[in-house]
Amino acid sequence: MNARLDIADAVDAANPVAADRAFIDIAGAAKTFVGQDGGAVVALEGVDLKIRRGEFVSIVGPSGCGKSTLLMLVSGLVEPTGGTIRIAGAPVTGPYTDLGFVFQTDLLLDWRSVLGNILLQCDMRGIDARKHETRAQELVNQVGLKGFESKRPFELSGGMRQRVAICRALLLDPPMLLMDEPFGALDALTREQMQIDLQTMWQRSQKTVMFVTHSISEAVFLSDRVIVMTPRPGKIRAILDVDLPRPRDLHIHETPGFSKIVHEIRVMFQDMGVIHR
Amino acid sequence: MAQRKRSWARDAFWMTLSVVLMIIIWDLCVRIFKIPSHLLPGPIEVYKSGAKNIVPIVAHSGWTILAVLAGFIIAVAVAVPLAIVIVLSPTAERMLYPPMVAIQSIPKIALAPLFVVWFGFGVVPKVAVAFLICFFPIVVDTIVGLRSIDPALIQLARSMGATPRKIFLKLRLPGALPSLFGGLKVASALAVVGALTGEFIGSDSGLGYLLISASGMLNTALLFAVLVVLSVLATAFFYLIEVLERVLIPWHVSQRAHAH
Ligand SMILES: Nc1ncnc2c1ncn2[C@@H]1O[C@H](COP(=O)(O)OP(=O)(O)OP(=O)(O)O)[C@@H](O)[C@H]1O
Ligand SMILES: [Mg+2]
Repeated sequence: MNARLDIADAVDAANPVAADRAFIDIAGAAKTFVGQDGGAVVALEGVDLKIRRGEFVSIVGPSGCGKSTLLMLVSGLVEPTGGTIRIAGAPVTGPYTDLGFVFQTDLLLDWRSVLGNILLQCDMRGIDARKHETRAQELVNQVGLKGFESKRPFELSGGMRQRVAICRALLLDPPMLLMDEPFGALDALTREQMQIDLQTMWQRSQKTVMFVTHSISEAVFLSDRVIVMTPRPGKIRAILDVDLPRPRDLHIHETPGFSKIVHEIRVMFQDMGVIHR
Repeated sequence: MAQRKRSWARDAFWMTLSVVLMIIIWDLCVRIFKIPSHLLPGPIEVYKSGAKNIVPIVAHSGWTILAVLAGFIIAVAVAVPLAIVIVLSPTAERMLYPPMVAIQSIPKIALAPLFVVWFGFGVVPKVAVAFLICFFPIVVDTIVGLRSIDPALIQLARSMGATPRKIFLKLRLPGALPSLFGGLKVASALAVVGALTGEFIGSDSGLGYLLISASGMLNTALLFAVLVVLSVLATAFFYLIEVLERVLIPWHVSQRAHAH
């Protein structure tokens, strides 16, 4: 498709473990929570998914279908009740830390400045934060928060806060990104800008990205593949390839190829009764 | 910064104005309704009595301040570590919480006579009552604060490879400070109540003792002078904690101001 993937393939070929081209390998993953009343909540059931190194995969599905849970399983923060997760061939048994994780809420610390919140990465990992101040400042500029670096979170809007959370995940340039509705709190315009910026960043850096969103068009715009999930208990309903040329710009929304995939996904949600006609 | 300073000055202005107004109204009431001075002396009379008795008032204040501060500081020193232990260990919680609640259910004032029997008439029983009475709110509010952390924040930290120790020191503890200070403010008022109670029950020193003896002599002017001193001391203590709060957790204080 492009040079980026060719490089990734070459890397995988040199590595026998990754020879099947699965960087993230989710096999039969299931998660059942025990609710407060002792009742079981089946959040995920039999999820099989292989994600290539450097691939951008989006997950769409109705609220409560286990999208966040899937990211938690992949990151090793939550243990599956069935199946296995492998990253780069190794089974995930505890927190997998070679990643950047953007949670559904921004989780900024009230007592730290914007820059301090981004540098939390260093403090938590026991790395010298001073060495990464320049990089943090660059990220702040990139997401349009120049001049806000010493502000406290409560002085920021919801969208600005979420952008800080994204910078925090990107600080140490991790090879893998888990993003749980990172643009949910953004206004439509900023959201489109962030989509473009994320695509640019991803194309440059070859990160493997799992991206959860409620927006079908956002998923199609950004992804190599879109995973469509069923209502709870969450299963994979379909995996759609998005063979649209990159880099994509916003006008791709108006092309037939784009509309076709969006339409296909929407029909699936209608069939599942998630969207009513 | 400039804005904050101006608002301090404004606070001080309004506080002074309200105090002056209250004194004027007090004085007018006494004059207009001709209230006998053994029931409600006027402000000038109270001031004169206070000025005349300044030496005993200062001396007795010293004892009360000592009892309040000692009781309060010991309570903080015991309550905060205890709250931490309770939050970190479910076993500790199961063992420590029931006896704590049981002790809390006894009216602390009822224990004052017992403390006099145990510790005599000195400052110790007052410290003990002050300690007991302000201990519980500090424990409870510290526990609430430590538990208030968003579980997702802990997950985020774990995804960054943070050790439990780091999560505790850098996330849980700072996050608990606003609630802890809430407890300290409640406790600061209670500590004064505790020390005074101790002084009422059995004592030959402290402002509580001075109040009882002024009342015995029907010296209402002195009684009021002591009450004024007491309220000034208690207010000063409260604001001391507020200042400490501003210094230690400015992020929380300014956030609160923002919400107004
Ligand atoms: N810690 C937990 N304890 C019990 N139940 C949980 C827990 N976490 C999630 N669940 C349940 O699992 C199901 C899936 O939750 P999850 O957060 O993964 O959904 P989601 O797809 O991310 O939803 P949304 O789009 O609204 O964020 C929900 O029914 C939820 O109630
Ligand atoms: Mg979710």
